[in-house]
Amino acid sequence: MRRSNTLNLGTGMFMVLGFAALFFLTTQTTNRGLSFGSTPHYDVTAKFDNIGDLRVGAPVSMSGVEIGRVVKIDFDMREYKAVVLMRLNAKYNQIPTDSDAAIYTQGLLGGKFIGLTAGGAETYLKDKDQIAFTQSAFVLESLIGQFLANSAKGQSAADAPVSPEKTK
Amino acid sequence: MKELWHRASDSLIGLGAEVRFLLRLIILVPGALLRFDLIMAQIWNAGALSLVIIMLSGLFVGMVLGLQGFQLLQRFGSEEALGTAAAIGLVKELGPVITALLFAGRAGTALASELGLMRATDQLSAMEMMAVDPIKRVVVPRFLGGVIAMPLLAAIFSVIGIYGAQLIGVQIMGIDSGSFWSQMRAGVGLSDITEGIAKSAVFGVACSLIAVYEGYYAMATAAGVGRATTRTVVTSAVVILFLDYLLTAAFL
Repeated sequence: MRRSNTLNLGTGMFMVLGFAALFFLTTQTTNRGLSFGSTPHYDVTAKFDNIGDLRVGAPVSMSGVEIGRVVKIDFDMREYKAVVLMRLNAKYNQIPTDSDAAIYTQGLLGGKFIGLTAGGAETYLKDKDQIAFTQSAFVLESLIGQFLANSAKGQSAADAPVSPEKTK
Repeated sequence: MKELWHRASDSLIGLGAEVRFLLRLIILVPGALLRFDLIMAQIWNAGALSLVIIMLSGLFVGMVLGLQGFQLLQRFGSEEALGTAAAIGLVKELGPVITALLFAGRAGTALASELGLMRATDQLSAMEMMAVDPIKRVVVPRFLGGVIAMPLLAAIFSVIGIYGAQLIGVQIMGIDSGSFWSQMRAGVGLSDITEGIAKSAVFGVACSLIAVYEGYYAMATAAGVGRATTRTVVTSAVVILFLDYLLTAAFL
């Protein structure tokens, strides 16, 4: 009897461990995650013309320190802008209201994240506030397009090295 | 030529016998579920006792993935993608396949030699004489134990592997922990996880079936038991890799 009990206990523990692993895989490695033990936080929004491939869960950082995460991305049909909801750690509650939010890229091909740059206002961002000054994601295609247009303009059509058909 | 034909028909007969054995087991599954204590003991044998080897292998596979992935991704300046790469690789491929191979080596051989020895020492015939169906009493619980244990073992393998990759990538190579996890969450979908679970469930059925089949029909000699264990490992490995290819193609 005693042996069978320890055996049952061991088997039960194995089953629990296995299902815990399954649960971890489904919630923690995918974006369906439930966040456990949520730390105190407040939410601010920002509207961007273009967010590139910013994803939910991307970090929000200030001077390179992560202070929050993107929790929701929506589209505003009246202004035709992307609305990004950021959840910031309540520890960092002295961010001036005129701060600037910009979307940056980690590494050359890495994911996007939001960088906040502090402004000079005396009032601080609160829950449900909106960051007014934003700077869109750097979209490689449009930058290349701009570069091609500029280089074509700068040179005569005869010796333009790149895509001469773009010049009229 | 005739020899070849005999070989081919032999293996076809073997395949047919194995599938019929599987159907026989499946019919007996509902009845066996009533004796859950027997299944529990087999989950312990097949699953819990394989934990150490699964966890250790998972850790090292994850760490190797972390190192190799980091070296490769560094060339493109996107080390943060290591989380996604390691998680997808582990959950979809390495987790189910390596777990199944280890399972065949650790639990499959144990099952086959146990059943083979029961056959060799006439325990199975003795049961039949006492009007106890040995398939129902001995084989089905072992089969079910393996089937239940395998997906859980594969999940544990993947989780430990992801932490192994995280250990190398974040703690040693200095990738930002936030982007490691957030890129993983962005890159791994629920469908990847279900693919991994489906694969490991299929491997669980295949490995357990092969082990109990080889054991149950082992020749009743010492050499027969040895042959049964060897064949379990060899057949399992080939079948796992073959099924893995089929399932991957099906899920694409």
